[in-house]
Amino acid sequence: MDLLEYQGKQLFAKHGVAVPSGEVAATVDDAVAAAERIGYPCAIKAQVLIGGRGKAGGIKIAKDAGEAREYADAIIGMDIVGPHGEGPFRVDQVWIEGGSDIAAEYYASVILDRGEKKLLAMVSSQGGMDIEAVAAESPEALVKRHIDPTREFDAAAARAIVDAAGLDEDVRDQAAEVLVKLAEVASEEDASLIEVNPLIVTAAREVVALDAKVTIDGNALFRHQDLAEIADTVDDPQEAMAKEKGLTYVKLDGNVGILANGAGLCMSTLDVVAQAGGAPANFLDAGGGSKAEAIVNALEVIVSDQKVTAILFNIFGGITRCDEIAKGIVTASGQLDLGVPLVVRLDGTNSEEGLRILAEADLPNLHQEKTMLDAARRVVELAADGEGV
Amino acid sequence: MSIIVGEQTKLAVSGLTGREGSFHGLRNKAYGTDLVAGVTPGKGGQDVEGVPVFDSIEEAVTEAGANTSMIFVPARFAAPAIDEAIESGVETVIAITEGIPVLDMLKTYWKAKEAGVRLIGPNCPGVLSPGKANVGIIPAQFFDPGKIGVVSKSGTLTYQIGNELKQAGEGNSSIVGIGGDPIVGSDFIDILTMYEADPETELIVMVGEIGGDAEERAAEFIASEVSKPVVAYIAGFTAPPGKQMGHAGAIISGSSGTAQAKKDALEAKGVRVGQSPSEAAAIAVEILRGS
Repeated sequence: MDLLEYQGKQLFAKHGVAVPSGEVAATVDDAVAAAERIGYPCAIKAQVLIGGRGKAGGIKIAKDAGEAREYADAIIGMDIVGPHGEGPFRVDQVWIEGGSDIAAEYYASVILDRGEKKLLAMVSSQGGMDIEAVAAESPEALVKRHIDPTREFDAAAARAIVDAAGLDEDVRDQAAEVLVKLAEVASEEDASLIEVNPLIVTAAREVVALDAKVTIDGNALFRHQDLAEIADTVDDPQEAMAKEKGLTYVKLDGNVGILANGAGLCMSTLDVVAQAGGAPANFLDAGGGSKAEAIVNALEVIVSDQKVTAILFNIFGGITRCDEIAKGIVTASGQLDLGVPLVVRLDGTNSEEGLRILAEADLPNLHQEKTMLDAARRVVELAADGEGV
Repeated sequence: MSIIVGEQTKLAVSGLTGREGSFHGLRNKAYGTDLVAGVTPGKGGQDVEGVPVFDSIEEAVTEAGANTSMIFVPARFAAPAIDEAIESGVETVIAITEGIPVLDMLKTYWKAKEAGVRLIGPNCPGVLSPGKANVGIIPAQFFDPGKIGVVSKSGTLTYQIGNELKQAGEGNSSIVGIGGDPIVGSDFIDILTMYEADPETELIVMVGEIGGDAEERAAEFIASEVSKPVVAYIAGFTAPPGKQMGHAGAIISGSSGTAQAKKDALEAKGVRVGQSPSEAAAIAVEILRGS
């Protein structure tokens, strides 16, 4: 789960990392009122879960109330696309904070290195720009050191990294302390990524986190009540509905609804549909013991997306029995008016019995296919037909 | 031969008295796995259909001779259970549990390394050596004994491929589900090493997915250390960046961890990558038969 900048900063403040004080606002009037309280100049920053906000016009410095209104009006409601084509992300909130007098811009991060199975601390004296570009152009400018999982990460260990990065001598102790605290945020808040870009030195020689990018491990939310509440706020209507029903669902932008069992098979189903010329509308893993109720829930979520013109149901039964799945599909068809064709591919445990149940039920608009590839081709055809109607 | 589990396996199941643990533990026993013990703190002295239950894994080792531990404990209690297994004296720990906090696993990973214990998972379907032993939730009916070693991040996708191999008349030395979490006890490279050394394995099928760089690392390893043919399949070409696709580890971060990058890395080292699970299975059969 990714945190918005201001949520990340609140987490930093909780652990003693200096951040500029500010307020969050969801309307232009509230943003202007906040700016008036904070004073000018102040920064008005789009709160979206993606980098590259500045380039996209999502961060502005206001010198007076007129500018605060102008910028807040422009930023709230804008759509921001990420540097790798992520999104678009609609801006619902802005964060207003006092303008900082910047003497230097550094970079600091603590991330989980999956390959090495260690936390990795990184520091650079060249902050404020795309760190991937810094790493590509002058790798020596980005100092990377793994944190020994068997020892405490203390000020001395942090200081060695800061020294190697060549930060200004007079702020090295402060920067090392920030790095220790970021590692503390990682371990105590279950953050798998913490990135501060820029970590600034103010004119008064204070080290302050001017930005915050934090990813919290979704599996650890049970021990972080405050963060779990943030996770409950989901914007997309289908994703919110799926979350409420306990389903693993990711919204995509195509028209072919997908339901499969198992994360890997589901991803593979999306790929095969794309190879057949279709565009998947979603990822939905029906999970292991997919009973009738789970299938009704899943289909409800899928068809609530108005773009869906056909659905592919791809099941390989292992522990899950295909006859149970077939009964679930029959029940769901009785309870829901899908309004779009359903292509079903059932294979694996008790598939013959499952196929017999479906054949006997003789459901309208249900098409059976034997293989994943044939099912993908069929659903793409039907989805295209649906578009034409 | 086979790897990780086999005729020598003496299994203790942590969580055997729970619903999932008893269902799968007893299925494993019915398959022929030597299930010697269950472990549930506070329930020592009871039994589950004749299998004795102990309070600790250590007792299951000393009293019942367990050498392999399977963890079916709920996520928030699972890391301490794995740690207990690591310290108990078993050689192998297979953790099925999904949803363990990744920083807990980070600590546990290094404990296993230090103790020299083979850890498989978590968030995995387990290990099956057809005709010998099954430890986990893999449905054994889709796999016959044979020459193909399978290593995979995904459960159902592996069953899909296994079933296609079986229909083509081929079987498996072992099937290892390494798990879909960001940090798992054994990675592709660990399992590829074991298959390379296993005389029964003639070809390896590797099933990867988006997220991390385990597939890229495996590609480098295959080029320098693996003499046996390797066929791969990668899931997640259509996954958008920044979205977790079911598995905790299946996420593209920025521009890294994409399916295309993994496919390119593998193909650059001469590994053939199937477009679909069916194609991967077909390529494996083709190479095995030398046609």
